[in-house]
Amino acid sequence: MLMKLKKNIAISESGFVFNPEIGTSFTTNSLGVAILKQLKSKTSSEEIIESIIKNYEIDATTCEKDLGDFLRILDQFNLIDS
Amino acid sequence: MLKKKNITIAVTALNAIDSPGPGIAVIRGLRESEFYNVKIIGLAYEILEPGIYMDDMVDKVYQIPFPSSGFDAMLERFRYIQEKENIDVVIPNFDAELMTFIKLKPYFNKMGIQLLIPTKEQFEERLKGSLNEFGEKHGIKVPKSETIYQIDELEEVLKEFEYPVVIKGKFYDAYIATSFEQAREFYFKVSAKWGTPIIIQEFINGNEFNVTALGDGKGTMMGAVPMRKTFLTDKGKAWAGISIDDPKLIEMANTIITKTNWGGGLELELMKEDKTGDLYLLEINPRFPAWIYLANGCGQNHPEMLVKLAMNEKVKPLIKYDIGKMFIRYSYDMVCDLDKYEKISIHGEV
Repeated sequence: MLMKLKKNIAISESGFVFNPEIGTSFTTNSLGVAILKQLKSKTSSEEIIESIIKNYEIDATTCEKDLGDFLRILDQFNLIDS
Repeated sequence: MLKKKNITIAVTALNAIDSPGPGIAVIRGLRESEFYNVKIIGLAYEILEPGIYMDDMVDKVYQIPFPSSGFDAMLERFRYIQEKENIDVVIPNFDAELMTFIKLKPYFNKMGIQLLIPTKEQFEERLKGSLNEFGEKHGIKVPKSETIYQIDELEEVLKEFEYPVVIKGKFYDAYIATSFEQAREFYFKVSAKWGTPIIIQEFINGNEFNVTALGDGKGTMMGAVPMRKTFLTDKGKAWAGISIDDPKLIEMANTIITKTNWGGGLELELMKEDKTGDLYLLEINPRFPAWIYLANGCGQNHPEMLVKLAMNEKVKPLIKYDIGKMFIRYSYDMVCDLDKYEKISIHGEV
């Protein structure tokens, strides 16, 4: 599945995320930043899961579920291109 | 280096209180002008308007009569002030005073004072009670609204709406009512403060955005900066906000200014409906907002541009502005000597 982050979302290395279209801002951790960056470069969910499993101690099922939750939050916060 | 031109500018709305008038923010923009060396004449209605006591903002202050004192009283006061100060431009910043300044404009021009303000037609067309017609005329979505003058009309009018509804005053104040009882309470609250009519407006569920913009009076938008409030006071006023990047908001400002040939500053209050993403125009405030200094911080000095336009200087419209600039207000206690208070109280000038 391919989900796209809205094109002008600003992500800083510190984990500060800014949506300039509506002026909202959020904070996330280093893994969140990594996922957001991948979403920005139009990486698929499958590829994101693969890269997380490679770098963190997590099984594929849990990773898929957690990523799904994270993507739903991003959608709720209006950060995903519909 | 360009030599700055000396200019004398009079500014109203020095009430930098918790629900501030725009005067001080306008003056800050003018003081930062790269084109003008400004002498600021503050115009105050009340003797405790904080701007009167801000020496770095105003060079001289005159008390002026309330608009309710009538046209003649205001004209006489301005003749007196003009004899002493030789004002080049006046920037009125209150909704409630604007009609008086519109009437005074030809007299001001004869005295050598320039203004860039909307015309009577422009001012009246955007009145809250006329917003439905304004929307229809210019193809802009507005929430359904009805204007009432008496409490007896409220129940009948509310049958046309679904709760919640918004109860608004003709100049200021808006409350969200979820029942007839609440609507009735807010009717009395708002009418006691601002008189009638009262506007009953459909509630749009979504996010509110604001745009400050400047029109040259000939159909060109000279600049616009959109903002979302990020912190509200208990009166619902912006205490903090951030400039945002939404071309639809700029487009709305451009449509209004070009279609109405708007002259002067204005603030749009807009609601983006959650369900549809449609933009609804809630209000057009016919003057700069209190947060106008944010536009300056974003690279568009609208007060300076307004003065240039009023003085027939060449001005290039500005399109670019910084996105993600924030403003945050703060409270500050000035300690002042009694003599200023005495002078403004006794002589009406200081």
